[in-house]
Amino acid sequence: MAKTALQFQHNGRDVAIFVDGGTNLLVALRELIGDMTPKFGCGQGGCGTCSVLIDGEIHLSCLTLAETVAGRSVETLDGIKDGPNLHPLQRAFADNFAAQCGYCTPGMLMAAKALLDRNPQPSRAEVVEAISGNICRCTGYEPIINAVLAAASGGRARA
Amino acid sequence: MPVTVKTFTSSHDAAAALSSDRSARYLGGGTLVMRALNEGDISISTIVRASDHAMTRIDATGSRITLGAGVTFARILAERELGFLHAPARSIGGPAVRNMGTVGGNLFAPMPYGDFTVAMLALDAVVSVQGGLGGREIPLDEFLQTRDRQTGALVLAISFARPGSADAFRYRKIARIKPKGGAVITLAAHLPINGSRIVGARVALGSMAPTPIRARAAERALEGRSLDASTINAAAAAAVEGTSPGDNALASAWYRREIVGVHLRRLLSGQE
Repeated sequence: MAKTALQFQHNGRDVAIFVDGGTNLLVALRELIGDMTPKFGCGQGGCGTCSVLIDGEIHLSCLTLAETVAGRSVETLDGIKDGPNLHPLQRAFADNFAAQCGYCTPGMLMAAKALLDRNPQPSRAEVVEAISGNICRCTGYEPIINAVLAAASGGRARA
Repeated sequence: MPVTVKTFTSSHDAAAALSSDRSARYLGGGTLVMRALNEGDISISTIVRASDHAMTRIDATGSRITLGAGVTFARILAERELGFLHAPARSIGGPAVRNMGTVGGNLFAPMPYGDFTVAMLALDAVVSVQGGLGGREIPLDEFLQTRDRQTGALVLAISFARPGSADAFRYRKIARIKPKGGAVITLAAHLPINGSRIVGARVALGSMAPTPIRARAAERALEGRSLDASTINAAAAAAVEGTSPGDNALASAWYRREIVGVHLRRLLSGQE
């Protein structure tokens, strides 16, 4: 079956790939572009670890037909650090013990970034809502919520 | 297995492609069809898409509201005119699912999903579909009864009358995980008041049958009466009539039958 040419922006860089019909964005990112930061969890939209930003909006890459991002901007966890420096959210996750096994972390960070990009000073309830599509089976969520609030207040923990 | 993707600029062309191929499915937000592909559903060999702007239009200015089938739940939440639909829209998924999932796709979401459709059913919504031979309008109630046979037709939009007052439309989703989780049951009611009497009562239930259904016995108990304690008791007692819930990991059929009257009573009496 014929492949389809696909061009889009991946973390600010133009990329061009050929995809099979029906390929999802997660497979395109991991297997064709080599960006291993979005993870495969459930493939059903239930776990959120494949979350990426498409034109700044949080989406589930495993449920996104790759062809639909043609000409659009896709941002993954790989793109949020600044050279060797961690993004403030990554720093806050490390400081607040917000990752244990780490499998949910890429999705949690992207969901948190989607929130802070439009709401730099969220309430605790808004953080809970923002990560409600992301499942973590290790931390019990509290350290993650605290980390997002800490990043929002520039490292100072907020109630 | 690779599938063929066909993208059309016109919804009419997309509908023609859909109706001429039994193994074609329409791709909206992806939360149902991409999931099926990820799970290896070999019954799908063609994906049909439409980039027609009419399918993502919201017309909420008048008393009759029309939502294009491709309108996402995030867009409903951003629309101040649709405040009465914010509770059902917010009760679906997390932010990513709300950015992707659409009003049209929700009509096909299997139990325990399809919460927004429960709200649409209580509002007596009408579904505009485009088939191979032409377009038609189908009452949502009827559409849901024949849902499995509707895959060859393209849903273009859904329309309904705006509730007369903010209090006339009520919605409640019972989930074990908050803020996001599949429904144990979902309830929506539309209770237009004329004088002090309810005229045109609608009660819709989700997860109480394979598709969202109307609780007609409860509607009859409300019709023509004022919303007092005895009316609410009668409607709550009748809520389970005509339902056929199933067992799943969230709740048993027995539990759903036990609680549906309790939650209808709370919905009608305005309790949290």
